[in-house]
Amino acid sequence: MILPLSAQLINLLASLMLLLAFAMLAQRRILSLIHLFALQGAVLTVNTVVVAQSTAQAHLLYSAGLTLILKVIVLPWILHRLIDRLNIRWDVETLINIPTIMLVGILLVILAFNLALPISQLAGTITRATIGIAMASVLLSMLMMITRRKAVPQVIGFLAMENGLFFAATSATYGMPMVVELGIALDVLVGTFIFGIFFFQIRETFDSLDIHHLEKLKEK
Amino acid sequence: MTRFLFSQLFQTLLVVLAAPLLLGWVNQCRAWLQNRSGPGWLQPYRVLRKLFLKDAVLAYNASVLFRITPYVVFGCMALAASIVPVLATDLPFSPAADVIALVGLFALARVFMALAAMDVGTAFGSMGARREMLIASLAEPALLMVVFTPSLISGSTALTTIVETLAHSRLAIYPSMAFAGVAFVMVMLAENARIPIDNPATHLELTMIHEAMILEYSARHLALMEWANAIKLTVYSAVGVALFLPWGIAQAGDWTMMPLAIVAFAAKMAAGGAGLAVLEAVSAKLRIFRAPEFLGMAFMLAVLGILTHFLLER
Amino acid sequence: MELLLVLGIPLTGSMLLALGGHRGRAPEINALMSLLTFVAAAALTTRVIADGPMLAWKEQFFIDAFNVFLVTLTAFVGFTAALFSRPYMRIEEQRGKLSAGRLRLYHSMYQMFTFTMLLALLTNNVGILWVALEAATLATVLLVSLYRTPASLEAAWKYFILCGVGIAQALFGTILLYLAAERVLGSGGGALLWTHLNAVKGSLEPTVLSIAFVFLLVGYGTKVGLAPLHNWLPDAHAEGPTPISAVLSGLLLNVALYAVVRNKVLVDGALGTHLAGNLMMGFGLLSVVVAAFFLSRQKDVKRLFAYSSIEHMGLATFAFGMGGPVASFAALLHMTVHSLTKSAIFFAVGHAAQKAGTQVIEDVRGLINVSPAVGWSLMLGALAILGVPPFGVFASEFMILTTAIHEHPWATPFLLISLGVAFAAIFGKVQGMVFGETTAQRLPHAPAALPVFAHLAIVLLLGLYIPPYLAQWYRQAAQMIG
Repeated sequence: MILPLSAQLINLLASLMLLLAFAMLAQRRILSLIHLFALQGAVLTVNTVVVAQSTAQAHLLYSAGLTLILKVIVLPWILHRLIDRLNIRWDVETLINIPTIMLVGILLVILAFNLALPISQLAGTITRATIGIAMASVLLSMLMMITRRKAVPQVIGFLAMENGLFFAATSATYGMPMVVELGIALDVLVGTFIFGIFFFQIRETFDSLDIHHLEKLKEK
Repeated sequence: MTRFLFSQLFQTLLVVLAAPLLLGWVNQCRAWLQNRSGPGWLQPYRVLRKLFLKDAVLAYNASVLFRITPYVVFGCMALAASIVPVLATDLPFSPAADVIALVGLFALARVFMALAAMDVGTAFGSMGARREMLIASLAEPALLMVVFTPSLISGSTALTTIVETLAHSRLAIYPSMAFAGVAFVMVMLAENARIPIDNPATHLELTMIHEAMILEYSARHLALMEWANAIKLTVYSAVGVALFLPWGIAQAGDWTMMPLAIVAFAAKMAAGGAGLAVLEAVSAKLRIFRAPEFLGMAFMLAVLGILTHFLLER
Repeated sequence: MELLLVLGIPLTGSMLLALGGHRGRAPEINALMSLLTFVAAAALTTRVIADGPMLAWKEQFFIDAFNVFLVTLTAFVGFTAALFSRPYMRIEEQRGKLSAGRLRLYHSMYQMFTFTMLLALLTNNVGILWVALEAATLATVLLVSLYRTPASLEAAWKYFILCGVGIAQALFGTILLYLAAERVLGSGGGALLWTHLNAVKGSLEPTVLSIAFVFLLVGYGTKVGLAPLHNWLPDAHAEGPTPISAVLSGLLLNVALYAVVRNKVLVDGALGTHLAGNLMMGFGLLSVVVAAFFLSRQKDVKRLFAYSSIEHMGLATFAFGMGGPVASFAALLHMTVHSLTKSAIFFAVGHAAQKAGTQVIEDVRGLINVSPAVGWSLMLGALAILGVPPFGVFASEFMILTTAIHEHPWATPFLLISLGVAFAAIFGKVQGMVFGETTAQRLPHAPAALPVFAHLAIVLLLGLYIPPYLAQWYRQAAQMIG
């Protein structure tokens, strides 16, 4: 079965999303992590534009613009400013046991693909095959948040998860209604600002951005 | 029939004889990237000639195994060189060109090499053999996973069928092949003892893997080993090219395409060699303990390739 | 019109207080704004009682029996908590725990939080519901870390990350819901409107909706504080300022549960099976059991009552999961009385902790001698939350238990044992705090006794006699929930 070119392109971009999600999972350097995040935003934008073009959904172009501004320009810029101000540009995180994390990641991908199978059979979009990838990238970002010990990578994981969700919305339904999308974008932006404020508060209090310090409150 | 045999002979000889050239080209590119003038492309040939002219020295307690290993290894590689579809897809040996058989062929050569390394009983040989086996045990499953993706696309594990499907059907983007391609490059680096897994240019005892295994060999034995190694690199590159950039290969029975196929092959090899040199120049050698991580990543990418194939391309 | 006021007043209040929230009169303005919101909400309620369910603003807002009582409750508790926060925050300021800037942030975000919760309750758009709940998290997260102590920062971080992850799952669920809806209703804004969805719920794709509901339950369930995703809740409650603990416990959890139940209605309609209810019963029961066993190990009084919130939200979730007119009625009643009682307890606990200068249970002693009002209110509040008759919690718990015995006898022993354990844990600890010897000093400002006793009086009233129109409301809502 040969798919139309646009569908092939979308599939390729979807695979890139997945590849980037894995790259982020394994990336130790904070700076490269931000680059990867921006790249993911760019892939997302291109994907949205391709979908918009091939389905003549004009509102998707707006959301592509929104993605471009928010996720490729504004958020990475804020993150760059943050790591400059916090002086952690060259921080490298010690990740234990990447192969195990990767293995768990693969299991998550299989799980996501299986979950997505019935859904994608129902979706009427040309992008339906990519729902599984969207779900997988959401789960992988979640895994990234769990495995990270530093504040900034955790936040990048959080933002990457939002990317995955956006991707899911585009591939399953050609995007959410505009009101909702604007609301989500606003929440993400405000969330990032609050994260930024948090970094400074945490640094001020602990002299470090290591989440290890944030593990005092446990049930005895 | 004779024509078939002739074409088969032609391909085998071409790969076997041109193999040191690829090695020389990679080294030369690397030298340029490091701002050196380099020894020239033909240096591997000179080394081989020098080694063949020397008298062989064997360890006192070396067994028959040690002596026949270079011939076995060279034979394996030459056989591999003759079954991989380099120029055309309908050679007499091509029914044997099954990817799993190919992986097995490499494994056979490796087993002999490791046994011979331990045969003399020196510390370095055993260490090298052990490390080689560690890498191999991780690289081989990854390699199998890599070749499964194109096999699934074309519905066959025969290399010729795969190449036919990929090269001569309508152009389609296979995202899964992107994953498999990246994974293949990673496995290839590990299997051919290149940076970042091993450094072919040094004999530093703490890091060497492949060089440690052939440390006891001299003269014609060493020459055969080195030559086999060069063929292995060429065959790997040829497989990579055939799987991931198959365009330009001559279609079955189409003899007029042959000259074009040779040019295309040479160009692809030159580009691949330069790419390899760039890769080696920009990356640093990993500590041996990180090698499993590297290969684990390759394995994972290959599995992802298969998964995306199932999700997107059916 | 009333709708505009209900949403507009807290939003305006938030803007105003963002500018002048550190001034001397700011607490009064905060309380006034909350009072106005409450009055507007009451007006809205009378109108809905008179005219029945209403749609407004191109169907973007929808008010029926289910959310209108929650709107009133939210506005009311928001108002009383603002009254309580007046002396409480003054004392905190005098003790040097807060700077002017943080006080401004506090007052502004307090109103913003009220706004987001009311928006979440009133909107007809399932997507906006998500946006509003996320905004509610964002509004409160900086309030949890208001004191900037290491513990409060940690609590806020945990709250942010866990709820962020959770709510992202809910968004995925919402996307799937939209996917199913789009096939029936066509794309565009209409496909996320709850009323439209409810009209066609029978023809929504069951497989998609069942997967969607799992994501929605996990997502919003994190905010409800359902085990095993409850970790943020005790920390956030214990480390934030007490008025925030009161509104988090009394209101935010309710709103999140409201979101779950709204979606459950759709899923039930589409599936025609009891899957959603079973899931909710499972999570609810687990939360009740887990919370009960953590209760006895708590040393911090605010954590103690935070776990009690998990327990009660679990109970309400369980009741909604059982479904049927009686259980749903009981769950709605339970949401109401828990919200009132728990906020009253937090008011009392806040003053008690200020008096003793600590939140550690063992160091708070003899409240009844120092301040009879605080002592009695804590004691009565604890008795009320433990389900001692004749308080309202007894009535709702009794109904839930009898329904469980009839319909799901296997669950009854778990519920009874958990309630027993919770009783022993809380009563034993509160007794020591209220009675006993003490040397604590009087507070510089008189404690706000009015909110506490008002709440407890209403809870008592609800236990003895539910006014017919209120019962009518509950019945309507319960019927809608099914």
